[in-house]
Amino acid sequence: MVKTMNKIKIPELSLVVLIGVSGSGKSTFAKRVFKETEIISSDKCRAMVSDDENNQAATVDAFELLHYISSKRLKNGHLTVIDATNVQTEARKPLVQLARDYHCLPVAIVLDVPEKICQARNDERVDRNFGKHVLRQQRSQLKRSIRNLKREGFRHVHVLSSVEEIDAIQKIQREKLYNDKKEVSGPFDIIGDIHGCIDEAIELLQKLGYNVDEIAYDNESFGYKVANPEGRKALFLGDLVDRGPNSPAVLKLVMSMVKSGIAYCVPGNHDMKLQKYLSGKNVQIKHGLEQTVEQLSQESEDFKNTVKEFLYGLVSHYVFDKGKLVIAHAGLKEEMQGRGSGAVRSFCMYGETTGETDEFGLPVRHNWAADYRGRAKVVYGHTPVPEAQWLNKTIDIDTGCVFGGKLTALRYPEEELVSVPAKMMYAEPARPYKLEADSSLSHQHELDDLLDIDDVIGKRIVATSLQNNITIREENSIAALEVMSRFAMNPKWLIYLPPTMSPSETSDIDEYLEHPKEAFKYFKSQGIDKVICEEKHMGSRAILVVCKDENAVKERFGIENEGIGACFTRTGRNFFNDSALENAFLNRVQLALTHSGFWTKFNTDWVCLDTELMPWSAKAQSLLKDQYASVGASASAALANVIGNLEITQKRGIDGVDQLLESYMAKSEMIGDYTKAYGNYCWPVNGLDDYKLAPFHILATDGETHMNKNHEWHMETIKSICEADPKLMVATPYQLIDLDDDSQIESAIAWWTELTEKGGEGMVVKPLDFVAHGKKGLVQPAIKCRGKEYLRIIYGPEYTLQENLKVLKNRGLGRKRSLALREFALGLEALDRFVKKEPLRKVHECVFGVLALESEAVDPRL
Amino acid sequence: MLLNISTTHNPATDLSFLLHKHPDKLQSVELATGKAHIFYSEATTDNCSVNLLLDINPIELVKNNRNNSSDFALAHYVNDRPYVASSFMSVAISKAFSTALNGKCSKRPELLDQVMDFEVKISVLPAPKGGELLIRRLFEPLGYEVILQRHQLDANFPEWGDSKYYTLNLKGACKLKELLSHLYVLIPVLDTNKHYWVNQSEVEKLLAKGEGWLGNHPEKEQITKRYLRGIGGLTRNALDRLIENDLEEQPIEVEEESEVVKKKESLHHQRLKLALQELKNSGAKRVVDLGCGEGKLLKSLLKEKQFEEILGVDVSYKTLEKAMEKLHYNEMSPKQKERIKLIQGSLTYRDKRLDGYDAAAIIEVIEHLDLNRLRSFERVVFEFSKPKVVVLTTPNREYNELFESMATDSFRHTDHRFEWTRKEFSNWAGQVANSHGYDVEIKPVGEEDEKVGAPSQMAIFKLSEL
Repeated sequence: MVKTMNKIKIPELSLVVLIGVSGSGKSTFAKRVFKETEIISSDKCRAMVSDDENNQAATVDAFELLHYISSKRLKNGHLTVIDATNVQTEARKPLVQLARDYHCLPVAIVLDVPEKICQARNDERVDRNFGKHVLRQQRSQLKRSIRNLKREGFRHVHVLSSVEEIDAIQKIQREKLYNDKKEVSGPFDIIGDIHGCIDEAIELLQKLGYNVDEIAYDNESFGYKVANPEGRKALFLGDLVDRGPNSPAVLKLVMSMVKSGIAYCVPGNHDMKLQKYLSGKNVQIKHGLEQTVEQLSQESEDFKNTVKEFLYGLVSHYVFDKGKLVIAHAGLKEEMQGRGSGAVRSFCMYGETTGETDEFGLPVRHNWAADYRGRAKVVYGHTPVPEAQWLNKTIDIDTGCVFGGKLTALRYPEEELVSVPAKMMYAEPARPYKLEADSSLSHQHELDDLLDIDDVIGKRIVATSLQNNITIREENSIAALEVMSRFAMNPKWLIYLPPTMSPSETSDIDEYLEHPKEAFKYFKSQGIDKVICEEKHMGSRAILVVCKDENAVKERFGIENEGIGACFTRTGRNFFNDSALENAFLNRVQLALTHSGFWTKFNTDWVCLDTELMPWSAKAQSLLKDQYASVGASASAALANVIGNLEITQKRGIDGVDQLLESYMAKSEMIGDYTKAYGNYCWPVNGLDDYKLAPFHILATDGETHMNKNHEWHMETIKSICEADPKLMVATPYQLIDLDDDSQIESAIAWWTELTEKGGEGMVVKPLDFVAHGKKGLVQPAIKCRGKEYLRIIYGPEYTLQENLKVLKNRGLGRKRSLALREFALGLEALDRFVKKEPLRKVHECVFGVLALESEAVDPRL
Repeated sequence: MLLNISTTHNPATDLSFLLHKHPDKLQSVELATGKAHIFYSEATTDNCSVNLLLDINPIELVKNNRNNSSDFALAHYVNDRPYVASSFMSVAISKAFSTALNGKCSKRPELLDQVMDFEVKISVLPAPKGGELLIRRLFEPLGYEVILQRHQLDANFPEWGDSKYYTLNLKGACKLKELLSHLYVLIPVLDTNKHYWVNQSEVEKLLAKGEGWLGNHPEKEQITKRYLRGIGGLTRNALDRLIENDLEEQPIEVEEESEVVKKKESLHHQRLKLALQELKNSGAKRVVDLGCGEGKLLKSLLKEKQFEEILGVDVSYKTLEKAMEKLHYNEMSPKQKERIKLIQGSLTYRDKRLDGYDAAAIIEVIEHLDLNRLRSFERVVFEFSKPKVVVLTTPNREYNELFESMATDSFRHTDHRFEWTRKEFSNWAGQVANSHGYDVEIKPVGEEDEKVGAPSQMAIFKLSEL
């Protein structure tokens, strides 16, 4: 008896095309061995578009749908099974194309079941009543198909020729692609194009801590014994050969390391050409192959054969470290990573070319890295560059060793570049690669000069480390796009926008709407024991980016000729309209930072500060005049006349006028308090000395954000900066409060009362830690308690009337607080991405998100 | 918040009969968000002086309006409504003095036609910049002597100057019904803020009050227009919350409406005509209007068969909605709809949707960008979208000196970030053309002045290989 197979092996990501006549049991088979969601059935698609599985008139629409669903699945990297007869070449052709489009392998599984059985099965089904001729025709098409499947492009063909064979299959075994090394996490030393430069290669390996010994040649070691440091692995990016002085030696070194398991290697275009040459194919012996051929002529046939086999066995690219790292000779687009097709292989070898040639006769390359949006870091070579530079998470580390440049390695995950200079110029480059060094900005900064609208519009989901995914609704991005485009500064400055801040719950004390007691109660209820109370300054929120010098602006922010920093509002607008004043202001802050030793202490040449800039009247002049003072002016003038006429009337002794007069006198008094309230935050500004700057967070400096430090640290560090320029800068008074200590709470309340009675805005209560998690997750980063008089400019002059307070005390904070947390998470994410040197679009996405969320409808008085 | 009407007609107390309000009592009527009190500060045969005092609860006001519209920006919680004479005053007049306003007096019908000498004092009237002139234009043609007292913004900050509030004194002789109708209609006309009408019928009622005098009033158009402006204007969208207050559109000066605005309008018309001509000459079939605004140019483009595909782009979604309305987009035939598309886009973000057009119109757009954002704009248009032809206009700053009402060093629009001289413009255009492979030609737009040139200027860029 013939032993039947009980499993079929297919690649993990394939497009499985079932082939069999009606009634051959495809659906039953598929259901048994595949996941339900993996199966796309033409009958089901017919039903979806026409309510009838057998409606032949719906065939065209049904197949459109089938192809569409399949393409979405393949794009997302999911195995897909096509359950249709697929007996005709025309039916299979688009499926093979689909697999190619998504760089996955088409697999055919043929169910070859005798016609009689199929007929019997169909007869049992009331909905299948087509004639015998249909089956006969299908079957003859099937028979003709089987031998052509390989030629049509199916990489794996499995024919199951009887019901028994079909039933015997217990399992579809899914095999990983060769390029899948996700389980290998490094650390790695990734080495660029060597091109036969053996001395530099050995020197670089030694510099990286490898021990390279030359030993007697054998078929395992090829004459090299290499020991790796602390479990590190070397990754070679290909182009081991050609042009350089000793390609055979480089081959031996790399083959030895790969064989001993301490290295991986991907092929370069030169390696593949050599492989073709060694296989006896007709190739042009130029572009450095002539040297390799010459050098190999000294080697044994056996060695050449081994080289041929080695090169043949190289996998186009590798995906390492849970998908976080991809290496390929010429780089690889996101949609090709971890996939297998001729197109993938060709991309890995040559990159993306446009088909044109440049003035040096070389193919024009499309800069795929500029469009790269993938999650994985891509390390590649192929194109010599003067310096290796990150661009959108990709880096080209071919620094032209063979052309007299250097041989470079990237240490991963450290992302440290290590190189050794070429001992000499071994070959003349066809295109002078150092030309590219012209621009003064880095590639990333140059690319970041212009953001793409696709990165901001529509509904967006931003992943943040603090709050997972934050959704930005389309209507909010619409609003943010307008504001960002019309009013915001150069987006390269906008590395942060501040979150909104919620007030405390309303107070149960009669005459107060807000009171610190409620803020303390909130934090206590969240399980926070220690809070900081900071005086709330009434000015305008201002975010400052200040650099040590213009060079730092260029290096770190990629901005030229826009001064040494920026000062912007909570919506990303330039704070100052007068650029001379702006420069003078930023220079003063910079000087204070310098005098306080900030740059050295933080080992940085830039800083981002969260501040309040006073007076309020400096920025909000028109708001004050058009709104606040106007209300005061109209009320004072009108009430004076009203009270005058009521007083005259009072003399006539009319009933009720006394009370009326009294109530209008009260109104007049409240208007007086109100004008006094806003007046506290106004003073004339004639020059820089009239401004006061109160920083309260040191958000980030080079390489780090400071969210891991508590607020006491922020306050104290800021105090030392303020001391360097006490005329301009104010250290914010604060108190640390232990919420378990009633006397401390009392003292904080007393302090608040004193502050607000003097006309202060109030105070902000924050958990001592910058980022605090409580019983219910992330805790509000700050709660404001505003003073009784200050609130007149928020709730109107007459809000203190008992009847009004009663109404106002009934307010909900849920939306405001949820918004505050989301904006907080986005703001910190923006900073985090910026210090990690992510592309600007990644930073901008978060900042744009904050702005978009700010357009959500929330009671603006909160 | 206070209306005071006095008469020295003899006997002055006839006024109380006409008003149907007892001179020795304090009376109150209910309004939607408060009350109005009526009392006489004097009631003798020589002088009778009645007061109508508003008592609006600002908190109620906000609450009520939140119920029938979406919401308000912060500024609306702290507002002048309770303290000024606005549409509330009209409502109060109609409630407190309805019989008099409607010309009824059952007890002494003969008084209805009695012309009396009146003195009226209104505390206070809001009137925007140039409002004094408007107040005079409204009341003087009706035969009143107008005395205005303007109030300072804040005595503690004299440098802030005057407010937009006036105490208005009127003197004149007429029938009471006429006086009340005048006040009823004209008080809200002066108010550029939102009106608080309950519904549309209120408007009709109000216009009925203009019977007999509004038709002959020299400012009747302005009165009607300003009157209706507030209707339906209560909703504010998400965007308004973001736009910081200092850039909110300033109410247009009264004087400006007649001169500069008209001039500007005809200039804009010329500019569009010229742009259209250039686009036609270019032979373009697919055109994009970058910064299409409310779609004036799109409308003329649609009329030309030559343009097979038209794309309108604007950064303001609200403006696009208006453009769709004005173009009657939703009622267009499918064939016409195929020709035109409107999208929200920005000129400082690279946008693939703008690729591959034959021509782009960029009419009065660049001056709305900050100078240091201009480079991004150049790259978006000339480096990436790369239309074969670009027709671009911007004001000629030199010409501003011919706009008499313009202050020196100011711009034609509050949102303009810069305005260029002819030389600055041609330098910029030359440099852009040069670095992106275009040829450029500069043309004047509008009638040229010998010294300062034309009011606007146009650059026509053509891709060099054409």
